Amino acid sequence: MSHSPAVLLVETLRRERSRRGARHMVLFGGTFAVVFGASLATGEVNPAKLVEGFPRLFSYIGRTIPSFDPLDLWNSFSEWFWRWNVWSVRLFDTLVIAFLATVFASAAGFAAAFLAARNLVPPLVSGTLRRVLEILRTIPELVFALIFVFAFGIGPFAGFLAVFVHTIGSLGKLLAETVENVDDREKEALAALGASWIMQVRFALVPQVLPNFVSYALLAFENNVRSASVLGFVGAGGIGQEIMTAIKQFQYTDVSALVVMIAAVVMLVDLISGRIRRYLVEG
Amino acid sequence: MEAYSHVLFTSPLQRLFRYALICGFLLLVFAGLAYIEATPQRIIAGLGRLFVLIPVMLPPSPGDFLWTYLYAILQTIAMALVATSIAGLIAVPLGFLASRSFHRCGACRFFLRRMMDFIRSVDTLIWALIFIAAVGLGPFAGILAMAFKDIAVLGKLFSEAIDGVNEQQVDSVRATGIGGAALVRYGYLPQVLPIMLSHTLYFLESNTRSATVLGAVGGGGIGFWLVDRIGVNDWQEVTFIICILILVVVAIDFLSAFIRGRVIGRTA
Repeated sequence: MSHSPAVLLVETLRRERSRRGARHMVLFGGTFAVVFGASLATGEVNPAKLVEGFPRLFSYIGRTIPSFDPLDLWNSFSEWFWRWNVWSVRLFDTLVIAFLATVFASAAGFAAAFLAARNLVPPLVSGTLRRVLEILRTIPELVFALIFVFAFGIGPFAGFLAVFVHTIGSLGKLLAETVENVDDREKEALAALGASWIMQVRFALVPQVLPNFVSYALLAFENNVRSASVLGFVGAGGIGQEIMTAIKQFQYTDVSALVVMIAAVVMLVDLISGRIRRYLVEG
Repeated sequence: MEAYSHVLFTSPLQRLFRYALICGFLLLVFAGLAYIEATPQRIIAGLGRLFVLIPVMLPPSPGDFLWTYLYAILQTIAMALVATSIAGLIAVPLGFLASRSFHRCGACRFFLRRMMDFIRSVDTLIWALIFIAAVGLGPFAGILAMAFKDIAVLGKLFSEAIDGVNEQQVDSVRATGIGGAALVRYGYLPQVLPIMLSHTLYFLESNTRSATVLGAVGGGGIGFWLVDRIGVNDWQEVTFIICILILVVVAIDFLSAFIRGRVIGRTA
């Protein structure tokens, strides 16, 4: 059976395309395999170590679980959380750090968002500000915490500054992207009426982006509670110090108590924040 | 008029309530600042110390340790790559198990979701300390900690993607009579695979940043050197390390966005 020249042409092109696609896949797959293999070696990934480590992991976790006397549950619990008064204060510190840092970073991010949005300012300004935000976002909070502990002394203040500075980066980037994705028509309408740049922003953009801003700010708060919980490792306040002590001094049941407390607080914060965000979207 | 109805038509009571809310909020903020002892003296003294620090930090210079740092950053990237790949693979079946559209065992889903929530709530750093206690210091513990947490996070994201699947497409595939693995492959995966790949690639960049922090507590990679150099006050090397870190993260971010664009573009 002979095909028309048109069909033959299309078939040849299609086969070429699928062969190229297959070649691309092989090339990509091969590169990935090589890079992955090298990474396994560099990362000192050792299945044997994992296998022998597993029983140690389980025995470690086993030791962290406290013993419960079913006849005297209340006492078992109070013994497990024996240091609850100190820990609760530290958890409160963590929440305060996260709250303040998010509030201030939202204010700064609010300003930065409009100044870093490509559709609002000349590219030089937005470009530089974007780079600055990226730098703040990339440097780990722990490093900021170390520097700020060095400068401002140990305690939650250094932790607050660390989370604050890092969050300006991450939140600022998100907010700037929100501003960039906004619908330009309202702003142009106001510009046609002769409104100044500030007035355009205030009356056209702000109402549009505010719900998104608040949503992102709440998300940042959720994340910041998590991050603030480990800043205590370097003395920047919060519950991290307690966890560090518990792990390093092999106080196993303290480890589990602290992990449970932190998880409970974080899950609670996530729940409340999620409810507020849903209310904002629907209400 | 509708756009400014909230300005023009609020009752005095509503406005009073709003002012009270704002005042209460500001009060909370100031109380918090007082609680963490954010006194002006402290701020000024600290800023003074920071300004002394800045000239010492420049120019960035690797000292004698250039190759050490380069190897360490490669190790950090390797950690992120391995952890993200493993987590991405394991999170796929987990996502299916935790999704409503896939199967009906509500109790299994609930249990799985609570487990994943629990793992997600605790910072990777804490998991890393626990894994270090199990498999010893070094990048392997860091990889395990990141993979462990990411399986939970990606699992939740994947299950949400699967929940959002277009049921009609799945049903039409199911109508051809196939079931089980083939159904997954032809019914679900074409829809959810791009989303899953997109999430996983995003996490590659995020994990590179996490891996840096894990190095600080003994998880291997450049984090260890960063903290070490701060400890011995070798601030020029600290700046150098931060500069390579930024370059690497930007590069991975770019690469990840590029691949994500291709993946989404091809299936759009």
